[in-house]
Amino acid sequence: MPGLLASTHPTLPDAITFVLAAMIILGGALGVIVSRNPVHAALSLVATLFGVAVLFVEQQADFLAAVQVIVYAGAIVVLFLFVIMYLGVDRRDNINAEPLKGQRPMALLLVLASVGGVIALGVNAHWATGARSVAGSTTGNHHSNVYQLGQSVFTTYLYAFEATAALLVIAVVGAVVLARRPRLVAAAEREATAEPGASAEAEREDAEVSP
Amino acid sequence: MSLPGPWYLGLAAALFGIGAIGLLIRRNVLIMFMCIELMLNAANLTFVTFARMLHDIGGQAVVFFVLVVAAAEVVVGLGIVVAIFRRRASATADDFHILKG
Repeated sequence: MPGLLASTHPTLPDAITFVLAAMIILGGALGVIVSRNPVHAALSLVATLFGVAVLFVEQQADFLAAVQVIVYAGAIVVLFLFVIMYLGVDRRDNINAEPLKGQRPMALLLVLASVGGVIALGVNAHWATGARSVAGSTTGNHHSNVYQLGQSVFTTYLYAFEATAALLVIAVVGAVVLARRPRLVAAAEREATAEPGASAEAEREDAEVSP
Repeated sequence: MSLPGPWYLGLAAALFGIGAIGLLIRRNVLIMFMCIELMLNAANLTFVTFARMLHDIGGQAVVFFVLVVAAAEVVVGLGIVVAIFRRRASATADDFHILKG
């Protein structure tokens, strides 16, 4: 059975792949937080997601790498770009405006302290402890990673899987409800019911919802 | 074989930190959503690394569910952004105080 850390014998191509993917990831992440144009930020996000997918492949998580590219880069970022274009906010925003004085240095300080603390803890203690292969091996038993992950999701995590199905339906319904135009609906109802009392009520509701 | 796990964990910690900094210092709601995605990806990378280090498929199953929840979260979040943009015609986080009751 391969050991926890000692079994990994990294070769030079592995190291090169990791360093390149790490540079893509960190460069893309920095591009997300410093770019003034939201479209550029979304494209930097694609670079980061692709780098993470490369690291998934390097760690034998083949299915998740494919899903990462298809769902994240293919669907979520496209949704971001669609909303950016739809709202027309693809202009440069004022990055220097700072409504809260001293928030940015404080944020940098706190995050760097937290991440530094986590890394220091990991270096001083064991990185990974606990029972191994509880929910099944990742690639063992002469089966592929897709087989193992599918078997795990549809047996051990079946209830969680069903819950995610319900979650997706709820999210779709919520998005449709949010995307409706209540003012147009109110106007249509006002036209349909021509009596004066209902009209006044509808108008009052309309005044309440409009800012 | 790939590099030792701590390399990946350190990289994931750095990615999470960058995402947290962006979430705290940017005011554009869409950029803040992207920073949340960065942090989710850092957590995913950590889970996959632990799944490899402990030879446990559970870590990868968790990443699968995180992907689903992230997709749902983005759909609802962007729906809220569009609904608020219709009223305020701006997409900075300071305009979201109209969400209070």
